Amino acid sequence: MFGADVHPDGSAAFPVGETVVSRIFREEYGRSVASLIRAFGDIDAAEDAVQEAFAVALRKWPGDGLPPNPGGWITTTARNLAIDRQRREARGRELLREVAVLLPQKDDPGTAKEVGAVEDDRLRLIFTCCHPALSTEAQVALTLRLLGGLSTEEVARSFVVAEATMAQRIVRAKRKIKAARIPYRIPEVHELPDRLRPVLAVVYLLYNAGPPTPAEPDLRRQAIRLARVLSTLMPNEPEVAGLLALLLLTESRRASRSRPDGSLVLLGEQDRTRWDRALIEEGQAIVRRYRRHGPPGPYMLQAAINAVHADAATVQQTDWSQIVALYDQLFAVSPTPVVALNRAIAIGEVQGPTAALRLVNELDLGDYYPFHATRADLLWRLGRADEAAAAYERAAALAPTKAERDFLKLGGRADVIKEAGR
Amino acid sequence: MAHYLLSVHSVAGEIREPMTDDEMKESFRQIGILEAEMKSSHSLVLSGRLHEPDTATVVRISNGEVLTTDGPFAESKEHLGGFYIIEADNLDAALAWATKVSKTIKRPIEVWPFVDVRS
Repeated sequence: MFGADVHPDGSAAFPVGETVVSRIFREEYGRSVASLIRAFGDIDAAEDAVQEAFAVALRKWPGDGLPPNPGGWITTTARNLAIDRQRREARGRELLREVAVLLPQKDDPGTAKEVGAVEDDRLRLIFTCCHPALSTEAQVALTLRLLGGLSTEEVARSFVVAEATMAQRIVRAKRKIKAARIPYRIPEVHELPDRLRPVLAVVYLLYNAGPPTPAEPDLRRQAIRLARVLSTLMPNEPEVAGLLALLLLTESRRASRSRPDGSLVLLGEQDRTRWDRALIEEGQAIVRRYRRHGPPGPYMLQAAINAVHADAATVQQTDWSQIVALYDQLFAVSPTPVVALNRAIAIGEVQGPTAALRLVNELDLGDYYPFHATRADLLWRLGRADEAAAAYERAAALAPTKAERDFLKLGGRADVIKEAGR
Repeated sequence: MAHYLLSVHSVAGEIREPMTDDEMKESFRQIGILEAEMKSSHSLVLSGRLHEPDTATVVRISNGEVLTTDGPFAESKEHLGGFYIIEADNLDAALAWATKVSKTIKRPIEVWPFVDVRS
């Protein structure tokens, strides 16, 4: 969006400047928009002003050099631009009646004292974007658009949706915020269980967003960045920390999770020397820090499970009974069939494939390809090769990407099968 | 300030556990407390409970003629059973009232903003 919409003439007169401005755009957009929404009470006005301020930056910075605090410069410039525009538009009309929807009280929009409250503004914006009155799709789109600074086109591409569809989704969500007067505020403690749930779900969804598109690494970075912002702003919420730890520990295995051709590598077969130790240590430190914060929630439990995996130098050294105990706790707070499946796999590592298969067969997960892949693996280990092959085929038929289909068609054990064929 | 419709829906043919007289009394008492709270905070504009949907009548103008038929208008299973119209600062404040109503009458509540006539 930025390069295409804002660059005045498309020339490459200051290529370095533009790269720097683009980077600052990504880092500062959400912060500036959040601050402007509180000052002016209107999302569109805030976005327009911040984008205009970046356009000014593109013209001025290459000649004048970077200001000492580029983010602050953008916010101040955007605020001045917005005030100018309001003065022009408010002439002959009752001042700001319409744009005051999101304002907590009738402040003079120009003199909002946001110093020190800037971080709170971003938190307000996250809770507004992820308000439970909005659909999950709208929550995700607004979060990426307003906090991530992604253009509508980029958001659309990330979710393989037509740009017009995404544009309409964002317009409708903004309209609902105005019409229903979804407030710009941080929920009170008693509201948090209901309100934090969609916020965490959106960040988790961003990290795991669907098919591997060119935008996917950026979505993962955005998700981790948002989780960091949240955990800094809400240090007393263990589930926020749990989500961050879960994302860091999952990310630590990213490099070893797939082969250069895109095919998947199972956890047990990954090259553990390629796991990112810095991310593991950060994630494990979070899990340790919150160990005594009362009964852990689902994100912290998943983080803890990943922390145990990260401790083992080989799959054989994994403390599986610890993992089973954590899955027992996870199933108690989040009794879904998918959790039950993963718990069964862990039990299989402790008690053997017969016990695991008995548990897996009880699950109603016929449309979920990992269910068939798990059954296939257990059947293979029990020497029931024909049944295993049939289960792999069902898994392959249901798998969403070509890499996963190819992987499963080879029985998920390409090397083993090649070995057997020799 | 904005106005919101808090509506309670009834499902045609749905069998609900009949309340004993004591339960009924207790329920009315709690609703009374809640409505008093709404009034004292100047949040309540109007409230009401509707008869069964088949007591409704529809009037429409067809080719310039009045045509009156039996109701209800919407051929759906769910019908408006009762409502509150409240005044609140924003959606969260309206949702807080909806939470209280839902806890009291043990039914889901739909919260729907009115168009602000000033805009």
